Amino acid sequence: MSTTTTKSGSPKRRLGDLVFANLTRGAGLIILVALAGVAVFLTLEGAPAFSAGPNDLGGKSNLLAYVAPLVFGTLLAAVIALLIAVPLALGVALSISHYAPKRIASVIGYLVDLLAAVPSVVYGLWGIGFLGPKMVPIYEWLAEHLSWIPFFAGPASNTGRTIFTASIVLALMVLPIVTAITREIFAQTPRLNEEAALALGATRWEMIRMAVLPYGRSGIVSAAMLGLGRALGETMAVALVLSASGVVTFNLISSTNPSTIAANIALTFAESNGLARNALIASGLVLFVITFVVNFSARAIVARYEPGSKK
Amino acid sequence: MTTELSAPPTSKPLRSIKQPRLPKQAPLIAVAVAVAAGALLGLSLGWGLAPIVVLAGLLYVIGLTVWSRIVETPRAATDRLITSLVWVSLIIALIPLVSLLTTVITKGAPAITGTFLSTSMRGVISGPGGINHAIIGTLLITLGATVMAVPIGLLTAVYLVEYGQGSRLAGAIRFLIDVMTGIPSIVAGLFAYALFSLILGPGTFFGFGGSVALTILMIPIVVRSSEEMLKLVPSDLREASYALGVPKWRTILKVVVPTAMAGIITGITLAIARVIGETAPLVIAAGVTDSINTNLFSGQMTSLPVFVYNSYSNPGSEVDVAVQMAWGAALVLIVIVMGLNILARVLGKILSPKTGH
Repeated sequence: MSTTTTKSGSPKRRLGDLVFANLTRGAGLIILVALAGVAVFLTLEGAPAFSAGPNDLGGKSNLLAYVAPLVFGTLLAAVIALLIAVPLALGVALSISHYAPKRIASVIGYLVDLLAAVPSVVYGLWGIGFLGPKMVPIYEWLAEHLSWIPFFAGPASNTGRTIFTASIVLALMVLPIVTAITREIFAQTPRLNEEAALALGATRWEMIRMAVLPYGRSGIVSAAMLGLGRALGETMAVALVLSASGVVTFNLISSTNPSTIAANIALTFAESNGLARNALIASGLVLFVITFVVNFSARAIVARYEPGSKK
Repeated sequence: MTTELSAPPTSKPLRSIKQPRLPKQAPLIAVAVAVAAGALLGLSLGWGLAPIVVLAGLLYVIGLTVWSRIVETPRAATDRLITSLVWVSLIIALIPLVSLLTTVITKGAPAITGTFLSTSMRGVISGPGGINHAIIGTLLITLGATVMAVPIGLLTAVYLVEYGQGSRLAGAIRFLIDVMTGIPSIVAGLFAYALFSLILGPGTFFGFGGSVALTILMIPIVVRSSEEMLKLVPSDLREASYALGVPKWRTILKVVVPTAMAGIITGITLAIARVIGETAPLVIAAGVTDSINTNLFSGQMTSLPVFVYNSYSNPGSEVDVAVQMAWGAALVLIVIVMGLNILARVLGKILSPKTGH
């Protein structure tokens, strides 16, 4: 397995070959070094923050108390975004792979790719300038009628710059990724399984439930996790949309919202200096570790199922 | 969701060979009825457009399902329900895209003038300035990133496909590149900042820092797309070249890479389109300035996305003017990104090798 490097059988190692092979291997190693470098340099620059005091940590006594609310906000926004995006993405992916006629399906696929190409700062502008104001009446209605649910406790924000609005924008940004992966997987479902289900008299939905979804389950999970990774790390949309005050609350529609790690860095990095900046870098390291773990497990799930799912 | 084939859904003994079915245009009829009912009810209650659309959608989904339940079997009703939900989810997903594009165009277009594109913000005290400095900054920073990311990415792809077949190092690189795709962009910016603060002293903001951050984000995209393209090169071509006594490295450079060139260039263009809109890493690593800076290696450098973010979040004294400029710059940015996407497609078409040998 590991010794078949000269499969095509070049007769002898020439100097040019040696140089070129090592050049390409070197490029690969640079990437590994760069990835390690990200961790190393963030640790080096983040470490001094352990000795930082309340002055540099926005009034928090130590680094842990500083990062914890941010981690909470990051996870909250990302999870809500996923709850919105994954069902939608599954619907869109199914419409492309199984429902729409071929020609329409490719147009839909192109439009979804377009959604992925829009820069995040433009999403942010749209969120704050268009979506936020449109959401205000909904928030007011929720605060009036459903305030017994902790999520909608209110009082409703009158700018719409809430964590819920931010999550909707995040959901839009995650949607194309989840759609792209799930639609690939749905399209790979063995044709015979589908036809067998239909031949037994299954309706289209029964065919999808019995043949397509079980086949694509690991793919759906890993697509959702990759989307989670994206939502966790997304900065600009949240930084623009959210009016953050760094509290820990499950209230989704008020004007006091938890901040996220990435948004907090973007909002305060330029003005901070000294240890405060080190603390921001330390929080960035936390974000890096979280997203690394999420992406790592997502890829590991894909890799585990790869041999069985290759078709 | 049940996974295994459960017992076949029990159905009553067939009364006739043919199950009653809804007419073929049933969904269209349901849409028409739902829209009419929704509009009638909504208008009589004085609602706006959005609640009416939501109401009509709900009426459609429920109405069609109930109708089918009455006329057809419960199984068919479930099928129709899911079909409706799939189409509704598609519409919900596409509404924001349309809304986003129209908002950016209507709000951004009035800002775009000759001076807007050709001057900078230097010395602008009142009234709209220009985004020339931001466009130049974006182009230079992205160029810097491309110059670094493309050779590394391409060589790595060659290694993965041609040399590393099955080796453990190649497996590790491939896996970590997948993981690297998910690095948050702001972390890449922090890395570039941390790197240069340690080398050049704290508080270093310059264009090249932004390029390094973008390189981190760009490499995985370049590697993955190039790798896919190199894999597509038929091994006949390689073997024919070897048979002529051409060494492997020359085969790669003269046969394999040129054959895959169309796809590789398309992939690189898409990678550029992806990173050119990045904001967060440039806020961190490249800073902000009002004047034109053409030196990547010294002084802060504004890029287009950072300009959009900055003029919206720190509008200064004339809020309306700054917000207007932010929308204008966002429109320019979208045009650039979409242009690159279209260019990638066109290049892919033009450069693809002529088949039929």
